[in-house]
Amino acid sequence: MNPSAAMASQPNRDLPPLPGRAPQPIVEVRSISKTYAGGIEALSGISLEFPEGRLTTLLGPSGCGKTTLLKIIAGLIPATGGQVLVDGREVTGPGPERAFVFQDFALMPWASVIRNVAFGLELRGVAHSEREAIAERHIARVGLKGFERKYPHELSGGMRQRVGLARALAVDAKVVLMDEPFSAVDEQTRRKFQEELLELVANEGKSFIFVTHSIEEAVYVSDRIALLSRRPSRVSAIIEPQIQRGGDPEKIRRDSAYLDVVEAIWQQLRHYLD
Amino acid sequence: MQISELAPALPALREAPARRWRDLLIHPLVLRLLSFAAVLALWEYAGRIPLSPAFPTFLETLGGLGAIMADGTLFKAFLITLHPLVIGLTASILCGIALGVLMGLHEPSEWLFAPIFVIAQAAPLAALIPILTFAYGIGLTAKVMTVCIMAMPVIVLNTLGAVRNTPKSLLEMGSSFLATRSQSIRLIILPAASPMIFAGLRLGCAAAFIGVILAELLITPTGIGDVISYNQSVADYPKMYAAILSIIVFSVLFIELLERIEVTLFRPEARP
Amino acid sequence: MVISGIRLPMMAALLVWAVVWEIAGHTDAGFILPPLSRIIWRVFEIVPTASFLDALLITGRAFLLGNTIAIAVGVPLGILMGRSVIADRLLLPWVNLFLSAPLSALVPVIMVLFGLGETTIVLTVVLFSMWIIVLNTRAGIRAISPSLVEMARSFGSNRWQAFSRIYLWAALPEILAGIRLGVVRAVKGVVIGQLLVSVVGFGTLFEIYQSHFLMEHFWALLLVLFAFAFTLNELLARLERRFGYYAAAR
Repeated sequence: MNPSAAMASQPNRDLPPLPGRAPQPIVEVRSISKTYAGGIEALSGISLEFPEGRLTTLLGPSGCGKTTLLKIIAGLIPATGGQVLVDGREVTGPGPERAFVFQDFALMPWASVIRNVAFGLELRGVAHSEREAIAERHIARVGLKGFERKYPHELSGGMRQRVGLARALAVDAKVVLMDEPFSAVDEQTRRKFQEELLELVANEGKSFIFVTHSIEEAVYVSDRIALLSRRPSRVSAIIEPQIQRGGDPEKIRRDSAYLDVVEAIWQQLRHYLD
Repeated sequence: MQISELAPALPALREAPARRWRDLLIHPLVLRLLSFAAVLALWEYAGRIPLSPAFPTFLETLGGLGAIMADGTLFKAFLITLHPLVIGLTASILCGIALGVLMGLHEPSEWLFAPIFVIAQAAPLAALIPILTFAYGIGLTAKVMTVCIMAMPVIVLNTLGAVRNTPKSLLEMGSSFLATRSQSIRLIILPAASPMIFAGLRLGCAAAFIGVILAELLITPTGIGDVISYNQSVADYPKMYAAILSIIVFSVLFIELLERIEVTLFRPEARP
Repeated sequence: MVISGIRLPMMAALLVWAVVWEIAGHTDAGFILPPLSRIIWRVFEIVPTASFLDALLITGRAFLLGNTIAIAVGVPLGILMGRSVIADRLLLPWVNLFLSAPLSALVPVIMVLFGLGETTIVLTVVLFSMWIIVLNTRAGIRAISPSLVEMARSFGSNRWQAFSRIYLWAALPEILAGIRLGVVRAVKGVVIGQLLVSVVGFGTLFEIYQSHFLMEHFWALLLVLFAFAFTLNELLARLERRFGYYAAAR
């Protein structure tokens, strides 16, 4: 049976809290290392598992190589050593089961919103009317109905990232990779995004890998956090915030479990700063 | 910041009259008209002093313009001048963009060809005109070649730079959504490069006009170059100035038109 | 470009072209395009001659004077346009017009007004180089972050200090870029001027070599001029890079 279909029928927030062993990992990172041409060692033997249907965050200080790891998982840059398995198959390049959301949105300024959202489908040769219908659905899904014929420069930063998100959803990939997607939007929009992201994880039945440098954001949205150390980066801790997310999203930010996890991670990270 | 505060100056009717006059005076359109009027008035005045017997007034120049327009000289001259210009410019644009794109996508060709164009861009290529005349005679070919050597380097180098400067995140976006090489060239690299390619085309056009006039003045007097040098030799300065004025206005309008076409066709983000 | 691990310097391709030129020079094309080796030989022959040095002196003087005028007028004009909206709106249409107009058509005007002498060459240089200096200076001044100016004012700087300590330095990368582009245009202008006037400086040499079919001499002269233009461009680009480090960080 297709595991992702099973997940979709049953919102996974109702699952019992994660036990010590995660469910079936959708993405597996096995002793990945990356050394750049200049001899800079960015990642050193990282191994991680990303459970299916969950949101896993790579958290770490600026320049720790978390974006590098995400792009290696995406197949955008090659690793120097180790391997990445997605759904049991080794990654050699980008694939249709993964979709990427970019930090700087990466929207084509010459193309309208709908063409940007449908771009992944356009590249796959989906017929024009069909891909526009799919794109329209996802534009509505991210709350941009009515903006289909606008151009990126006519949208605010937050709306642009919604376009980037709709584009990633439109190709219906199993894994959505998000590279600091909310770092270029203002704080209010950011909080709104975080709440919507929780809803997305709960209802879409997709697996999310999320990169951020914000501790609060990581704890708020994640089922599982991989804390990365400074360069050369290793996994210094795996944290699974056991936060009850039902009901008022604002409540979570005052929830004592939430605040405790944030504090604990901060204590872990602060000694890197010294 | 000041500009945006001043732009809606006209409808500010409730304010004091003095303020209103001031706002009207510094309105962009008013200032532009004022600027042109001032320069033309200065020209008229300098011509009347007279600054030099070879400096006709603006009105005399307009008269000269009327004369060469009325007897059809100007129209015929433009047709002749446009001939090498259009051929040379078309060739330069087609070859220049093709070569620039090739160099931008294929590193060995960049290594081989770029140094030539880098030097050509900095060098006074006009000095090649006598050699082109030796090689191709005094006919159309030499003039077309002149236009090409003037216009091509800037078109090639801008295209190369444009292709090279495709935003990295757009390229990554393309490959993460599984674009093939040809899709990524067609759908990402070329559209992203088009503003800078067009900037190169505008510069190339300006250089092509310089080239064609130079060719007509140096190789053999034809077209506008002939009208300029003939009227210079018979000291009919109003007509000479009128011919120069007309080709300058024509080239500026031509380049302006190119920019309009670019914005309407390719640049949604630059449309008002 | 990198071939099997070895980095080939970019300009090394010119050696390839030099070989192509040399070979082409030994074919039928040799009448128009003599072999490079003989042209280089000619360079050493004509450079020490009195007529060449004379032409160099006259051209160099006109070139320097023209550029000095263009910078002395262009930079303040650009600063004025960058600071004052009214000046900007009055002058910008003209700067743009002269920037894209076929200036070669204006050289005959300068010729009939100022004769066939050095003045004409100097004015041609100014005409070619000034507008890009104005435009770049203006862009540099406009790119200065308002907070930098406010910083200076909050520490009590007066107008002159703000100008000399902030505006000039903050806009320096663009000003230098403008000067480099202006100088490149000026080299083209000075050659166009001398081709059209043809009784001053290198114009005389062009005329003599051309009328006597001295192709080797002509090419030797071109080689010297091109090398000079390229070197000048590179030197100014290096100066620009020395100050360019903060252009993005302003």
